Amino acid sequence: MTARIGVITFPGSLDDQDAARAVRRAGGTAVPLWHGEADLRGVDAAVLPGGFSYGDYLRCGAIARFAPVMAELVPAARKGLPVLGICNGFQILCEAHLLPGALNRNSGLRFISREVRVRVENARTPWTRDYAPGQELTLVLKSGEGAYVADAATLAGLEASGLVLARYDGTAPNGSAAGIAGICNPDGNVAGLMPHPEHAIDPLTGPGEDGLGFFTSAVRALVSA
Amino acid sequence: MTIQDTGTQEAGAQDTVAAAAATPGRAQPHAELGLTGEEYAAITRTLGRRPTDAELALYSVMWSEHCSYKSSRAHLRQFAEKAPPGDALLAGIGQNAGVVDIGQGYAVTFKLESHNHPSYVEPFQGAATGVGGIVRDILAMGARPVAVMDALRFGPADAPDTRRVLPGVVGGISFYGNCLGLPNIGGELAFDPCYAGNPLVNALCLGVMRREDLKLAAASGPGNKVVLFGSRTGPDGIGGASVLASASFGAGSKNKRPSVQVGDPFMEKLLIECCLELYAAGLVLGIQDLGAAGVACATTELAAGGGAGVGMRVRLDTVPLRDASLGPPEILMSESQERMMAIVEPGGLDRFLAICARWDVEATVIGEVTGTGRLEMTWHGDLVVDIPPGTAAEGPVYHRPAQRPAAQDALAADDPARLPRPGAGPQLRAALLDLLSAPDAADKSWVTEQYDRYVRGETVLATPHDAGLVRVDERTSLGVALAVDGNGRYCRLDPYAGTQLALAEAYRNVAATGARPLAVTNCLNFGAPTDPAVMWQFTEAVRGLADGCLALGVPVTGGNVSFYNQTGEAAIHPTPVVGVLGVHDDVRRRLPIGFAAAGLRLVLLGRTEAEFGGSLWARVAHGHLGGRPPAVDLAAERSLAAVLVAGARLGLLAAAHDLSDGGLAVALAESCLAGGQGCTAAPPGDAFTGLFAESAARAVVAVSPGAEAEFAALCAEHGVPSAGLGVTGGVSLEVTGLFAIPLDELAAAHRGTLPALFD
Repeated sequence: MTARIGVITFPGSLDDQDAARAVRRAGGTAVPLWHGEADLRGVDAAVLPGGFSYGDYLRCGAIARFAPVMAELVPAARKGLPVLGICNGFQILCEAHLLPGALNRNSGLRFISREVRVRVENARTPWTRDYAPGQELTLVLKSGEGAYVADAATLAGLEASGLVLARYDGTAPNGSAAGIAGICNPDGNVAGLMPHPEHAIDPLTGPGEDGLGFFTSAVRALVSA
Repeated sequence: MTIQDTGTQEAGAQDTVAAAAATPGRAQPHAELGLTGEEYAAITRTLGRRPTDAELALYSVMWSEHCSYKSSRAHLRQFAEKAPPGDALLAGIGQNAGVVDIGQGYAVTFKLESHNHPSYVEPFQGAATGVGGIVRDILAMGARPVAVMDALRFGPADAPDTRRVLPGVVGGISFYGNCLGLPNIGGELAFDPCYAGNPLVNALCLGVMRREDLKLAAASGPGNKVVLFGSRTGPDGIGGASVLASASFGAGSKNKRPSVQVGDPFMEKLLIECCLELYAAGLVLGIQDLGAAGVACATTELAAGGGAGVGMRVRLDTVPLRDASLGPPEILMSESQERMMAIVEPGGLDRFLAICARWDVEATVIGEVTGTGRLEMTWHGDLVVDIPPGTAAEGPVYHRPAQRPAAQDALAADDPARLPRPGAGPQLRAALLDLLSAPDAADKSWVTEQYDRYVRGETVLATPHDAGLVRVDERTSLGVALAVDGNGRYCRLDPYAGTQLALAEAYRNVAATGARPLAVTNCLNFGAPTDPAVMWQFTEAVRGLADGCLALGVPVTGGNVSFYNQTGEAAIHPTPVVGVLGVHDDVRRRLPIGFAAAGLRLVLLGRTEAEFGGSLWARVAHGHLGGRPPAVDLAAERSLAAVLVAGARLGLLAAAHDLSDGGLAVALAESCLAGGQGCTAAPPGDAFTGLFAESAARAVVAVSPGAEAEFAALCAEHGVPSAGLGVTGGVSLEVTGLFAIPLDELAAAHRGTLPALFD
């Protein structure tokens, strides 16, 4: 059997085709999901891709969390469905309160599009189990509002419980708190990541294939489950 | 604006065709709308009566320089008359964008367009809507837009106004392009005092479709529906084409802010996906984007495109408005963004509207195709427009006087040979660092790191490589390369040769990735056409481009003219920007510019002469512009391209970089920094000439290990001069016997300039 991984398209989603390609390259079956349908089509996991849902003219992700598909996704995630939010997807997961904190304007107030080095901090989740703890990856950061923020207690809780998924190497280019590039929920099934792993799956079109592990992790976790 | 004075806003109280016939003497504000007295008289003759206010608005925008090309059209005909033979061109000049057959059943469409004037008045929105407009042009051809590029010119990098305009323009392109999900794969950025007050913002979009999916802007079939869809129509950008784009700036420029449109890239993204679904469902008979001149342009182009006997009847009161007080003239002239107009069969209308609803795109039937040959528009039942659409779509043609300025001879005589040159190693070393850190040649990451180059996952090469390269088919690795180039300094010295040099550079840049150059687009940025000196520059540039394209065997597929880039008497340098598109048969064999491995043999291709007229060195070291630009040798360009393409295909090359601004020295530095390897090089001949001359038809290549003999034979076969230059490796750029610069020092010089200016 192969893992069926849904990729949700919201109005303004941009990296949905890239996420689907990464799922396929990892050996999974990519299942397109539509924002307007409250139907997860029986998928084994879901990816919320990057983009500018609804234009992000309001707070990023603030409208997308109310999409009909989210009414199905949120309870499923709470019951353990593996969900990965990338960039705008991370913002939506925060707005939907599946993950704590929020994403603010970059400290330099400009959009940043560049390759970044990140360190995998938690390799125990269904999205990171193919990596070694402390493994360094080159991914693509491309966002205007990518600075992770949370109150001190939340940050301390994330650190204490090992819920920081990945951290920028050196100074965070966007001013992210504690250099956080990604986090997960206590069960590890819901993960949010600001840099894009789906743009790092092929040296021809990206910085390499370091990002593929997020997708192979999920495929392997689901097939062995 | 004075349009509101021409009619009251209550329904039924508009100036009608009947009223126009009954009140022939009524004064109308044709001059405020940018029409000359002769043009107004011509409209009256055409109609056999004075135009209604709505008709006057329509003609004023359609006959603006921006829409009608009235000063340039007589010259642009050369692009068709001198087109090289070939069957790659599926649609050409006159359509929204040219379409080229790239094989395997694919066609691509691409076009450059200016948004210079709006970007000066309001940099962020001006540049943003420039991207939006060219993307809709590509979409209207039936293609999925897949990449954008931009060519930018600003005043001096350290001028206060440049710090206002440049960050705004870059921010606007970043905002719109990123939100649209189109990778920005390259472009250019240059500075010169002549662009202070007249920045150039030229945006390019590339689209891909299956050959059979080509769409044209033509109405057909009486009874078919005219559907307007996308954003609602508001009061923004009214008269943008006639007021902003077709006149020079004077002291009152600040008052033109209401003429700049505001962009909504989210709506445009929905419009793209919606249109592609409509195309796939076979529901679109003809389509036109709404850009300059809005509803006026879309209706006249569609009706005129249908041919003799085709007409259209439009109910202007059914156009969905954002501002209910708008009347027919404003509705016709509004340049509200993110709108399209389609011709749809009545039987397909319900499905058409359902697809629009799925994408939350508002769609409204505003009229029908007729067999009358007239474009008729009503306002609450009253006829307010009744014209033969061809007369608005075609516009007048002017043969404006052109005169080579007397000062041109003195400029050519001011040879840079008189300038003091660096001789010893330390002087040459310092000269290279000066060039690398000059704003024109400095690293552009400050700009390009604000652009998403990764989205769609098909970008194989982007800045700082010689050309952008996107994959078209993941299965076959077919791809398309694009480069845009222009050099105002060369064109100032000799617009004919300068334009050919811009063409040659873009052609060479495409070939340097391993792609076969196939077709050309252009954006011709000039001063006021009413100045005979500017008109001479323009005619020389067009002649040069047409002759050059014929010699290189690449047709011009379309383009754009931007006149009136001047403030007061001072025109910009003539700045034709040329875009060349090439086909890459296997993008896995693309050539990057970077030296990524040690021990590769470096070879210099082409002939180097002591050519410094208009060079980066003359400008940076001496602030000098004079003499002759480098000699043009298009036969040599063709041979060089053939060697580069074959070298890539046969796997003989590991890297290639074209030589242009700053010559070999700057090219070597860029290749070292891009790949992270140093090199040792010994340029043949005089060291200064070898390092900094800007002779055309040259490239530096790194040969794959073991392929040296085969590559030398390839060069000999094509008659391309080749000289061993040195070898890659080490942590410095070393010029044998003269100087060495550690890569860290090169990087600091190259990368520090723009952040220091704009952070």
